[in-house]
Amino acid sequence: MYWPDIVKFITLVLSRQRFRTIVLWVAIAIGVVAVNLLTALGEGAKSYVLSEFNVLGRNTLITLPGKKETKGGMPPLTGESPRPLTLKDAQAVSRLAGVKAVAPLVLGNIEVSYSGKLREVLMMGSSRSFFDIRHLDVGQGRLLPDLPFNKGESVCVIGNKLSRELFASKPALGEWVRAGDSRFRVIGILKEGGTSFGFDMNDVMIIPVVNAQSLFNKDGLFRMFTEVRSHQELNNIKAKIIALIKERHEGEEDVTVISQDAMLSSVQKILDTLTYAVTGIASISMLVAGILIMNMMIITVSQRTKEIGLLKALGATSATVRLLFLSEAGLIAVVAALSGLLVSHAVLLLANSYFDDIQFHSPWWAQLGSILLAVLLALLFAWLPAQRASSLAPVEALQGKQQKGQA
Amino acid sequence: MIELSHLEKSFQIGDQTVHALDDVSLTIETGEYVAVMGPSGSGKSTLMNILGLLDRANAGQYLLDDINVSDLTEAERTHVRSQKIGFVFQSYHLVSRLTARENIELPMMLSGVPAKQRALAVDEILEKLSLVDRAHHSPNQLSGGQRQRVAIGRAIVMKPSILLADEPTGNLDSTSGAEVTALLESLNAEGITLVVVTHDQAMGDRARRQLRMLDGRLT
Repeated sequence: MYWPDIVKFITLVLSRQRFRTIVLWVAIAIGVVAVNLLTALGEGAKSYVLSEFNVLGRNTLITLPGKKETKGGMPPLTGESPRPLTLKDAQAVSRLAGVKAVAPLVLGNIEVSYSGKLREVLMMGSSRSFFDIRHLDVGQGRLLPDLPFNKGESVCVIGNKLSRELFASKPALGEWVRAGDSRFRVIGILKEGGTSFGFDMNDVMIIPVVNAQSLFNKDGLFRMFTEVRSHQELNNIKAKIIALIKERHEGEEDVTVISQDAMLSSVQKILDTLTYAVTGIASISMLVAGILIMNMMIITVSQRTKEIGLLKALGATSATVRLLFLSEAGLIAVVAALSGLLVSHAVLLLANSYFDDIQFHSPWWAQLGSILLAVLLALLFAWLPAQRASSLAPVEALQGKQQKGQA
Repeated sequence: MIELSHLEKSFQIGDQTVHALDDVSLTIETGEYVAVMGPSGSGKSTLMNILGLLDRANAGQYLLDDINVSDLTEAERTHVRSQKIGFVFQSYHLVSRLTARENIELPMMLSGVPAKQRALAVDEILEKLSLVDRAHHSPNQLSGGQRQRVAIGRAIVMKPSILLADEPTGNLDSTSGAEVTALLESLNAEGITLVVVTHDQAMGDRARRQLRMLDGRLT
């Protein structure tokens, strides 16, 4: 048989038995869609959890005053400490070899006002390096100036939402905002961003650290972020920071230094469970899709036992019959699987444009796996009944017998 | 020419062995018109299937144009079948998704005849069977007589030397039955060997040679 004739024969089967074709098509496509959407859901949940714990960066250490246990959860965000962590400590740490940048942080809630409008915001006092370490950038204007920790300036960078609420559509840059009994000139507006480590970065005001210390009237730092030059040095520098501060605090080890790795290890169990869940979801959906495709193929091919007998009576060899049925199954499986993939991508695109915080992506192994699975199963379960029917004597197949040996 | 000697065929039904063919020897010359008659279960359909290489005998020898087809592999038998034998079935066995024309073309397509040659041969057959205006109809748009004419067209498109018809008029009313019988006889008159299995005494009587079967034996 010539291959153009094979193609013609197959397209006639698929185009003139439209109901059967559509049912098969939908069954295979649903299988592929199920696998891709379910794994995307699982992967999305997993990467959401990971990103929540990923905000620090691998090269960053957090130093907080007081000796704390970090096992079993997040460190408390507020803590009393007998001896505060000071700006001088931060300066000393920034001079350690291997330290790339240090950012002190003072935190407090305060009312800010502009031409009669009053807002309660989170006030952060820090330095230029804070923006680098926390990957913050301005959409308009500029960052805080690069001042020594002990030099202040009456300037501020504000969050996106705060800017809109205080200034509406008016330009905010250059305007003076009152906070407590001080006034700060707006020099930058942060880019629209989500939450960073629990803080809504759209609703903050950032000023130089000494200005914040005098505003809140306290010496101690809430946190100190340290970025190291390379990840290998992280533990080494962690020890150096503890030693340095112990020396500066008269031999008392009263700070806690934590790294992202330490925090991640405490949620590693959750991540492992999520990975197992994703794999489980993918396997189950593949199994269900596989059984669906298997049943559809077996039924539709078995229904054509008579046709197989007829083709053989008319001079088709068993090899020709198998070739016809396998190429037919292969063609519909490939087309249906690809359209299923297309549909899952469309659905994911839609979901991703709807949700900001969590992004769904079907991993490459699920995409490849679902297509291979669909095509291989379709071929296998077209081959089995076609093989059985074509090995029957033509007369038995013509009588529509399902098995050898039945009279 | 068909030469059968001492053919045996038995089926196992439950724990009973049924002898469908019991020591059947038979010679049919090229161009003969033979009717095989007998009650149901007498083995005439089994004989037909073996003659058509659709089934194999358990024992005995079958020479078809001096080829011992009993010894051939299934692929070789398929080839011989497509070149030498045409089938007409009681229930037509047309492929319902194909048009009349495509059904007639099917055996040529399966044995790899080029498309141009196929078109010529099919045109000729449509003309001969007065099916030109039905060529693009699907089988379920055709009457029983027309369906059987399409099936006959499909059986003769490869220009076989033998035409095997199993109750060709069994599903037809008497008028279409007579038309189909006349068509088969005119093909026989052109030289094809015609073997008809039938219950119908009237049809059997028209054949030049009648074979009667009872319990797997020729009588």
